[in-house]
Amino acid sequence: MRAQTITRKPRSRRRIALVTVALSLLLAMALPLTGYIAHDAGLAWAQSDDAEKEAVNSRSEYWRAVRQGTEGYSSVSGPEAGVLIQSGGEDWRNLRSGPLKFFGGSLLIAVLIAILVNHLVRGKDMIDSPTGRKINRWSGFDRALHWYVGITFIILSITGLSLLFGRALLIPLLGKEGFAAWAQLSKPVHDYLALPFIVGFALMLLIWIPRNFLRSHDFAWLKSVGGIVGKDHHPQAGYMNGGEKVFFWILFFGGIALMVSGFYLLFPNLGWERETMQLSHIVHSASGLFLIGISLGHIYLGSIGVEGVLEGMVRGEVDEGFAKQHHNLWYDEVKGVAPPQEGSAAPDVSGATPTT
Amino acid sequence: MARMKFLCDAERCIECNGCVTACKNEHEVPWGVNRRRVVTLDDGVPGEKSISVACMHCTDAPCAAVCPVDCFYTTDDGIVLHDKDLCIGCGYCFYACPFGAPQFPQQEAFGVRGKMDKCTFCAGGPEEDNSAAELEKYGANRLAEGKLPLCAEMCSTKALLAGDGDEVADIYRDRITKRGGRPETWGWDTAYKKSDV
Repeated sequence: MRAQTITRKPRSRRRIALVTVALSLLLAMALPLTGYIAHDAGLAWAQSDDAEKEAVNSRSEYWRAVRQGTEGYSSVSGPEAGVLIQSGGEDWRNLRSGPLKFFGGSLLIAVLIAILVNHLVRGKDMIDSPTGRKINRWSGFDRALHWYVGITFIILSITGLSLLFGRALLIPLLGKEGFAAWAQLSKPVHDYLALPFIVGFALMLLIWIPRNFLRSHDFAWLKSVGGIVGKDHHPQAGYMNGGEKVFFWILFFGGIALMVSGFYLLFPNLGWERETMQLSHIVHSASGLFLIGISLGHIYLGSIGVEGVLEGMVRGEVDEGFAKQHHNLWYDEVKGVAPPQEGSAAPDVSGATPTT
Repeated sequence: MARMKFLCDAERCIECNGCVTACKNEHEVPWGVNRRRVVTLDDGVPGEKSISVACMHCTDAPCAAVCPVDCFYTTDDGIVLHDKDLCIGCGYCFYACPFGAPQFPQQEAFGVRGKMDKCTFCAGGPEEDNSAAELEKYGANRLAEGKLPLCAEMCSTKALLAGDGDEVADIYRDRITKRGGRPETWGWDTAYKKSDV
């Protein structure tokens, strides 16, 4: 038995070796093929995934995403080169051609009508009892700043309005070539004048803040709309009256919106996306139109609307009668009757130059 | 009357940028200005698609609607062109355009952009056909020579089609019928009105 087993051993060993080699060869050939099993399974998975997507129409989803501004890759460089469709322009166009032009234009016309009606009905607000004695009201610096900001603002308004309403109003008058020549001038003037304007405007807003804090008597002034409504025709007012203070704060906050949005429009080279430019344009136009509207009222009241105001801003001094009538608290303060308030740089009484 | 349209077959476009190069070369477009560009979506992942895009010559063109100097006009062939003598470079057309077609030679501080440049469907501009002035301002006027836009003519896979809308649609419909699947007339909903054929 022993001998037999010994003699069989090499034979069985050889068989085992043969089988092993054959098996490993078979496996070596078969194993890579298992990739197909995994692949088929994957395909089946992918197909079931596709079938799922098909239910919601994957292709329409794909193009809907593009419609909503999905960004792809483009070898052409530039901001947003990879965006196929940007839909914000449609909203911007509708806002600009619709509400912006309609409400902006209506506001300007409404202000002009209000001015006309006021002037025809109430007429110029005269100084009741002019004294001929003058009080210093606006310093040379204040006046220079005011006129600097005022003149640049008017130029910016005209050039800005030309771009918004010129096509409808000026092309019929000047023709396309004529208006294009004007617009070609307007645009750079508007752009380059913006910075000097901002410097003056921001400075003016900052240094005039202390005079424009609203006090309780200002609310009474506003309630009677400066004496138009109610019995009291000359409500109390300090250095600035309630209306002037409200005008100031509208300029302040409207001005911030105007300057910030203008900054974005002025520097397209900093790589803003279209959405930013569209939003900035709407904010800039809307705040600009609003400020132009109230400035028309300011210009009227400061010139032919109320006697004595323009004198103060041109010569720097006003009639005592004007001060008593429109700024009684400030008048008392100047005369030393009331303590200084309102942050007015207590005008020098000795500076009051009696004339006649 | 023909109504010229562009159509890019997303199943065929291979992002070779041949159209971009052909356009730049044909019209001698300045550096930095690309009247046409190729955009690849899902780049490098399954389902990747490329689209060649330029001015689509829209029916109710937003650029024309917002232009402060009214310098755009639509030709009898439905091509949207503009007059560079009137253009003030304000950039409004660029804000309004959904396809990002308007290009500006400069992009500097103080809104200095230069005069807008865009795809003309190889139809030049308001100057006399094939005059030196037209070539200088707007590029070649192939349509006046009886040829179609070079980008589409050069397209190696015939993905980009340009020509009369009806014929372009017929070619595309034929392809869809043969290969199956849904039509993907990319950008047509945005650019063209249903009634405008």
